[in-house]
Amino acid sequence: MIEQDVQDWIGKQIAANDVVLFMKGTKAMPQCGFSMQVAQILNHLGLEFEDINVLDDMSVREGIKAFSNWPTVPQLYVKGEFVGGCDIVREMFQAGELQDLLKDKGIANNAETQTA
Amino acid sequence: MAMDAADIERLIKERFPSATIDIQDLAGDGDHYAATVVAEEFRGKSRIQQHQMVYEALQGNMGGVLHALALKTSAPQ
Repeated sequence: MIEQDVQDWIGKQIAANDVVLFMKGTKAMPQCGFSMQVAQILNHLGLEFEDINVLDDMSVREGIKAFSNWPTVPQLYVKGEFVGGCDIVREMFQAGELQDLLKDKGIANNAETQTA
Repeated sequence: MAMDAADIERLIKERFPSATIDIQDLAGDGDHYAATVVAEEFRGKSRIQQHQMVYEALQGNMGGVLHALALKTSAPQ
């Protein structure tokens, strides 16, 4: 894909899906430890999420970095908003902020049943 | 490819001269680092903005020669 098309395509993915994880590998088979950590957190929260494997397409791999002004993958989007990469997602999860964010955005997850 | 801890610290220090910076070489391989940066410039910024500021300070090395830098940023207490 040419660059503008990639940017449009990324925009469409994050508009069409509540939770999108740009990652190396897939949620079933992550191919990088950082991507795996974020996928595990999302799975732990019982979230339905769209996984986009940037290793499948070099133009997406580069395009997402420009799209978010963020130099690394994974990258998590919730309701079209960039949440962060591995460090931020993990920090937010541990602080309970990720669960709060999901709740605020009205996205179903099983955090309530786990943080009794 | 790898990058020295001293180079990482120097680039961050250039952008945030009064910051407290701690860099750990996690695996001893010069390729997996953790950095804690406490800087007044972060006050009032979101975590994403804080990390973006550090990435900018690293001048494109992050995601390139610098593969793994776990970042923790905050403003001074």
